[in-house]
Amino acid sequence: MARTLPTEPARRDWPGRAVLTAAVLLATSAFAADTLDPNALKRLVHQDCGSCHGLTLKGGLGPDLRAGNLQHYDPEILTGVILDGIPDTAMPPWRPLITEEEAEWIARYLLKPEAQ
Amino acid sequence: MKQFVLGLAAALLMTAAHAEPTATGDLGLVIERATGSVLLVDQSDRAALARIEGLGDLSHASLVYSPDERFAFVFGRDGGLTKVDVVTRQIAKRVVQAGNAIGGAISDDGTLVAVSNYEPGGVRVFDADTLDLVADIPTGSKTIGLVDAPGRRFVFTMWDTGETWIADFARGTDPQITKITDMGKNPYDALITANGRTYITGLFGQDGLTALDLWDETPEPIRVLPGYGRGQQEMPVYKMPHLEGWAHTGAEFVLPAVGHHQVLWVDADTLTETGRTQTYGQPVFAMARPDGRQVWVNFAHPLNDTIQVIDTVSKQVIHEFKPGPAVLHMEFTPRGHEVWISVRDANTVMVYDTHSFEKLREIPADSPSGIFFTARAHRTGL
Repeated sequence: MARTLPTEPARRDWPGRAVLTAAVLLATSAFAADTLDPNALKRLVHQDCGSCHGLTLKGGLGPDLRAGNLQHYDPEILTGVILDGIPDTAMPPWRPLITEEEAEWIARYLLKPEAQ
Repeated sequence: MKQFVLGLAAALLMTAAHAEPTATGDLGLVIERATGSVLLVDQSDRAALARIEGLGDLSHASLVYSPDERFAFVFGRDGGLTKVDVVTRQIAKRVVQAGNAIGGAISDDGTLVAVSNYEPGGVRVFDADTLDLVADIPTGSKTIGLVDAPGRRFVFTMWDTGETWIADFARGTDPQITKITDMGKNPYDALITANGRTYITGLFGQDGLTALDLWDETPEPIRVLPGYGRGQQEMPVYKMPHLEGWAHTGAEFVLPAVGHHQVLWVDADTLTETGRTQTYGQPVFAMARPDGRQVWVNFAHPLNDTIQVIDTVSKQVIHEFKPGPAVLHMEFTPRGHEVWISVRDANTVMVYDTHSFEKLREIPADSPSGIFFTARAHRTGL
């Protein structure tokens, strides 16, 4: 096959990606308590929570997490669910991977319509 | 970006201008999950040929091929079913058939395409030519583990109710349905063996797996490894394992454990345990190289930067390496000399030699996930 796409990855923002990736690693390793990184956390929500709740958060094996569907929850309740999971369901506790501040940030982010 | 678009347009024009035949036997498609596109790749050239866009939400997407290896049926998370023409490199047809889908299958004769849905829960079956709806099978549950079985049948399982149904289309488009209850609590995925005989579903809500012998007139649930995690502290599960890329090494199956850093070895005849191998993290895919000599394993978040290779004779890890951030999927060339690995957060598909473990090529792709070579067209259950 002769007709190929250019393999030169010029259109990609490599340094940006590297920083973001590093940020995800930092954010998920618990010692980033006072350096919340919104972009890294958004990525966590859509990519990793998204493996059950869908990339667009409209649901999958796990329920719909779009803001309209969560309005009747307080951010504190959601923070608790994120940190400790829901027993006897597929929702795992994220406490081993993220800080309480990060969980709270995610809860408030989910309640904002822009999360979709 | 502009250059890329121009290049793509030129490539498409060239396709139209030169009416040379396209051989599809060494082609494949890579899902680009965030951009709703698929990348057409060439196994022999280790290169990307074209990007086909407009397929909707492709997180957790998968696809199957028509028997002639010309068309791919892509199952999107948003319920989209897209028929991609690998030869013209265009979308041939697209329907949005449900609100929330999880996967699909094509019948052994290539005429029916089935999609399993979370919302509304059930299976919908379409004519492979027209994508017209042929049959609607509501199950009242999130439906997982949909596979094709010989005899124009589809087999699928219900997450909420723990039932497996066999829909038999041998007599036309009005299926005869056999229901098997009591498969276990919260089945999360299933596989069918290459000969179409054994269907195995993994359980999230309890230890073990449940098998069915589809050669049996009235298949009964067979418990497999009912106590594999007993007495051990279970770990949180951040990513459900997949069974679709199941590993069959000849005499044994290799299966990912749920909530443990292990793969489990099961005798293929007796379905009893023959061993366990400790792994780096919770396995997501455990996939055998086509000759069955090696099993390649990737892992759940946050350990998803690593791959381990297990020798199936010694059951020992013989190689471990870190391709990069978020290793989502692996696909072997049909004879197993190479493996293609999607590394989502590096925006790259990496090609490795499976004998020397040397990296042969990096192919840029946007958030790549599933990789599917056209040779799957000729495999039951893929």
